[in-house]
Amino acid sequence: MEQVLKMENIIKTFGETQVLKNVNFDLIVGEVHALAGGNGAGKSTLMKIMTGVYTKDSGDIYLEGKPVRIDSTDDAKRQGIAMIFQELSLVHSMTIAENIFLGDELKSNLTLNKKEMNQRANIVLQELGIDIDPNLTVENLSVGMSQMVEIAKAVNKQAKIIVFDEPTASLSAKETEKLFELIENLKQKGTTIVYISHRMNEIMQICDRITILKDGAHALTESLTNLTLEQIVSYFVPYQNKQVKFEWKKRELGSESLTLLSVNNLTVENKVQDVSFSIREGEIVGIAGLMGSGRTEILETLFGIRPMDSGSIEISGKKARIKTINDAINAGLGLVPEDRRRQGLVLEHTLKENFILPSIKKNPKLSSFIINEKNANQLSEETVEEFNVKTSGINKVISLLSGGNQQKIVIAKWMKMNPKVMLLDEPTAGVDIGAKSEIINIIRNYADKKNGVLLVSSELTELLAACDRILVLYEGRLIKELNREEIKREEELQHAIQAG
Amino acid sequence: MQSKPVKSRGEAMKLVSLTKFEWNKYMVYIVFLIVFLIFSVTLGENGFLTNNNLLNILRQTSMISIMAVAGTFVLASGQIDLTVGSVAAMTAMIVALILQHTNSIWLAIIGGLAFGALTGSVNGLLVTRLKLPAFLATLGMMQVIRGAAMWITNTAAVPITNNTFNTIFGIGDLGGVSVLILWTILFYLAGIFVFNKLPFGRHVLATGGNEQSAKYSGINTDWIKMKVFILSGMFAAFAGILYAGRMQSGRFSFGEGDELSVIAAVVLGGAAMKGGSGSVLRTLIGSILMGVITNALILAGLRTAQQVIIQGLILVLAVALSNLAQKNKN
Ligand SMILES: Nc1ncnc2c1ncn2[C@@H]1O[C@H](COP(=O)(O)OP(=O)(O)OP(=O)(O)O)[C@@H](O)[C@H]1O
Ligand SMILES: [Mg+2]
Repeated sequence: MEQVLKMENIIKTFGETQVLKNVNFDLIVGEVHALAGGNGAGKSTLMKIMTGVYTKDSGDIYLEGKPVRIDSTDDAKRQGIAMIFQELSLVHSMTIAENIFLGDELKSNLTLNKKEMNQRANIVLQELGIDIDPNLTVENLSVGMSQMVEIAKAVNKQAKIIVFDEPTASLSAKETEKLFELIENLKQKGTTIVYISHRMNEIMQICDRITILKDGAHALTESLTNLTLEQIVSYFVPYQNKQVKFEWKKRELGSESLTLLSVNNLTVENKVQDVSFSIREGEIVGIAGLMGSGRTEILETLFGIRPMDSGSIEISGKKARIKTINDAINAGLGLVPEDRRRQGLVLEHTLKENFILPSIKKNPKLSSFIINEKNANQLSEETVEEFNVKTSGINKVISLLSGGNQQKIVIAKWMKMNPKVMLLDEPTAGVDIGAKSEIINIIRNYADKKNGVLLVSSELTELLAACDRILVLYEGRLIKELNREEIKREEELQHAIQAG
Repeated sequence: MQSKPVKSRGEAMKLVSLTKFEWNKYMVYIVFLIVFLIFSVTLGENGFLTNNNLLNILRQTSMISIMAVAGTFVLASGQIDLTVGSVAAMTAMIVALILQHTNSIWLAIIGGLAFGALTGSVNGLLVTRLKLPAFLATLGMMQVIRGAAMWITNTAAVPITNNTFNTIFGIGDLGGVSVLILWTILFYLAGIFVFNKLPFGRHVLATGGNEQSAKYSGINTDWIKMKVFILSGMFAAFAGILYAGRMQSGRFSFGEGDELSVIAAVVLGGAAMKGGSGSVLRTLIGSILMGVITNALILAGLRTAQQVIIQGLILVLAVALSNLAQKNKN
């Protein structure tokens, strides 16, 4: 078992917080190595140091036994270390082949040799089992396919080590399967993989060893054959006494609970066909379905982002005309959107600024005419406390918070508007197990206050833990409506989603 | 997170990252101080430090400064407005013509500001309805308006003989302080108030920082952009009124190149060209800084051609510094 990379005593400090404390990390040739830990544990930071995005304060890096300096992403590239970023780094207006060869284009004499680039790109793609024409422009590709191209680009640059940071967060079940095949493929070729994920079942499925970070310190490195799921989880959930298993609790709605939202015969382009459902006070309703089944489209239409072709919406028994997002907000709706970075946050602004953005003009405590900074600060502080957000202060730039903590702010900024019905689109994407159960609890508490919740999630465990009722969508149609009690096992729901 | 004893290395890092962060915010103050000190020493003999000269600088920069208040909103919302200089010129023409025909100051002011608002609305509509990039939309409008200002009197200047107008908006003073400076102060107080204290300011910043997130937060970003362009048009119109008062005439050539000076002032004040940041007060410092430099160049005996070159270089430097500061922040 040959060691390909070793990092020793890595220390990294941002401002006043030491984010990595003497961390050790090593990789064996051809392994798939899981890197796990709670939100903000330092996983991404460690990998960004390895790939030259950040520079370490101190510590050593060895590649194949020899000490190396990695001061820039160029250095890392030269050493054969690549990272597949969540924000994929492809140029959208260029073809797949052009992207794969970006930076070291093939030339014949002085001009680009497009033909050879296409051929070579084709070979790389074929070898990885990716079936696609390298002449296609990237902007036409799905997220999953873009990611494949990104991987092909890394492979073409002779990467020996490839880091995946939460690669499945925006992939469909099929695409995830494809990705796993590809990773297996790379492994056979002797490429070493680092796999960061909050999804334990994925880690158990494809990884050989695991390193767990806890609050910036190395907690464990172990072969996965020696570990159970519970053992792993116990390492990085700080509060072991709290229930981290996702257990469904039956919630009583009471017979006189009124209907809050009813959607009748909703049709949206060719995305949603004739969908009707309703949500009562205190009820949590889930939507299950494959990627592209129309889940997000339903939420976006309710929230005034997409126009509906036909159908009607009633809120608290009154017909609601929702043409703009503001109509939706005024009618008592809130939406936690699917893409936190692009739709949920202004990344360069502070936690507080992000948190108060939707309410600043609508909440009289925050502004009568001028902004009440004192109340804004106080409300932000309280929310950070209540939602257990890990941050060094409310004036921290939000992009510097870890993913899970960013997500809590997106949820909080809407919950503090007190919408009657909360629409949640994948609210726990990129969130660690501990925070996931916290968020489910937050959702439950919210519903308990006679509010309604409509929850879209690709994680069935989560739907089953939170929902009182689950709607199953297939190709834009509502094909099933299941009371939670009827569902005995996760497989049943899985079948319902696939069946069609 | 528990805090372990931080090593001296960490301490050092902390210091470095601290200065890096502050640099972004205080760059303009620091640069201003340095530049001011240098000129005080080198040009002290030439009268740089006299009260008269310093007030002069403020007076001469007041039009740019006032336009730059709105310019801060424009850049913060992720837009750009190249029409301000030509709006100032056209407004001066309109004001001069109205005064010539009616001698009514009110009518002149209302006419001028209405023109600014109109131009702003057109810019806003081009950007929000036709989805033109602001750079191209306002570049075209700039030409149209400048051309119109030339055409309206066949490039002839229109003298203003209304002394009340000229006194209030140009050549008068209050206790030895030029009205131009007083107007500037007034506009800055208003601008700082709106930008920092009203929800509108936050909405502008959010629109420029991430338009989609702002939209999803219930902000009508198109309407915000409209308002920002209208604001910019009206501030530019007011600057035009001041030009008219100071020169006691309307002239098509007023404010040529002001659009670039405004952008330079705002960017020197730490705003990023891509939107989402900015500060009205720092913009003022940026604007005065440019005035100081121009003034010093004149005192040092440089000719107009040389001044223009230096001003161009300042613009490049301002953007470079702003980029550097942005990079350091991350
Ligand atoms: N550029 C930065 N400046 C300041 N603090 C930072 C920066 N990048 C990360 N941090 C902080 O460092 C800590 C570790 O962040 P990191 O992103 O490595 O966590 P993570 O383990 O990847 O978490 P997640 O699972 O949520 O993605 C967090 O507390 C975060 O706020
Ligand atoms: Mg991370």
